Amino acid sequence: MIRARQLGKRFGEKRALRGVDLDVARGAFAVVTGPNGSGKTTLLRLCAGLALPTEGELEVDVPRAAVGYLAHEPLVYRELTALENLDLYGRLYHVPERRERIGMLLERFGLWEVRHDRVASYSRGMTQRLALCRVLLHGPELLVLDEPYTALDAAGAELLDAQLTELRGAQTVLVSTHDPARLAPFATQELALA
Amino acid sequence: MTYAADVGALARKDLLLELRARDTLPAMLLFVVATFVVFHFALPAHSSQLAASGLLWVAILFTALLGLGRAFVPEREQRVLDGLVLAPCDRSAIWLAKSIATLAFLAAAELVALPVFALFFHGLGGATVAGVVLADLGICAVGTFLGAMAVVTRARDLLLPLLFLPLAIPIVVGGVGASVAGSPGRYLGFLGLYDVLFAVLCWASFEYVVTE
Repeated sequence: MIRARQLGKRFGEKRALRGVDLDVARGAFAVVTGPNGSGKTTLLRLCAGLALPTEGELEVDVPRAAVGYLAHEPLVYRELTALENLDLYGRLYHVPERRERIGMLLERFGLWEVRHDRVASYSRGMTQRLALCRVLLHGPELLVLDEPYTALDAAGAELLDAQLTELRGAQTVLVSTHDPARLAPFATQELALA
Repeated sequence: MTYAADVGALARKDLLLELRARDTLPAMLLFVVATFVVFHFALPAHSSQLAASGLLWVAILFTALLGLGRAFVPEREQRVLDGLVLAPCDRSAIWLAKSIATLAFLAAAELVALPVFALFFHGLGGATVAGVVLADLGICAVGTFLGAMAVVTRARDLLLPLLFLPLAIPIVVGGVGASVAGSPGRYLGFLGLYDVLFAVLCWASFEYVVTE
């Protein structure tokens, strides 16, 4: 599903990523590790289609509509409620039975009771849960997750574990982490960036 | 229909955000009315219509700039633009929706500002109002496009006026011409041509602005 050869990215003079070879098959669970500044986020942004490579080749065999990207930031509007944010993304992704799907995700991630509250009033962990709802809303074929456990409490992390267990094998997952041990039960391959 | 639905959803979101935050329209209103009040007292009592028209167009331009500077702030704060860019809708829908929302704020500010101008200065002709409507379209199309370019840079607050004001000179030329010329038709035509030309350019090239 993802094939990269000598992939690199420069921002002006600064080289953010270089010489990455990567093959991720459909249904694989690929874990990307590496120290800060090694280019994990840049690699994930390239694979999600948010940036174009400046060196090498990258093929991602999935349409934009079938990619779910979890970034460092939640990519939701703070002045809108959880329901309004998910409704916006549901409309843009043309999610069938949008309301039911949104309701199901909010229930699953424990946000149903606060669905009418503005995101600005959420804790960081709750916002991360909402971001996960956003990523899963349209049932993506390829999930690109950048440090998904960030800010999640124990209960939130368990919810994410359960979600990843469900996704394993059914969807392709590319995930970056500083804690590879946490993702070891799911991983089918690992890429260590220097 | 899908494109229109995407634009509708995005524009609705912008209007909802302004309804909640109320940080763009009140600022625009206050600025434009305060400008007219200040110049009402600053200009000589029998200042020419030409000077008053010039003031009107400068005030409109800087009021619009105030709104344009805020246009992509919600997207910048949480990097939500990434989320919108990833969505499968045509990326130009983001530009069009944002332009429509900015146009709505500018039109709302002008609904108050134009009667205030007419009261303080020389009144308003039909050609001036038509010129304002046409100018608003061009201002919002070009300004939103440049706002998206500026928002990803560190010097965004400086960059937007630097990029926008030179491109707005034809709008001022057309607007002032429509306000004071005996036959404003060709100036209105000029503004219309500007709108069409720049709207097509911005629509076609917005995708490249939001891709790294």
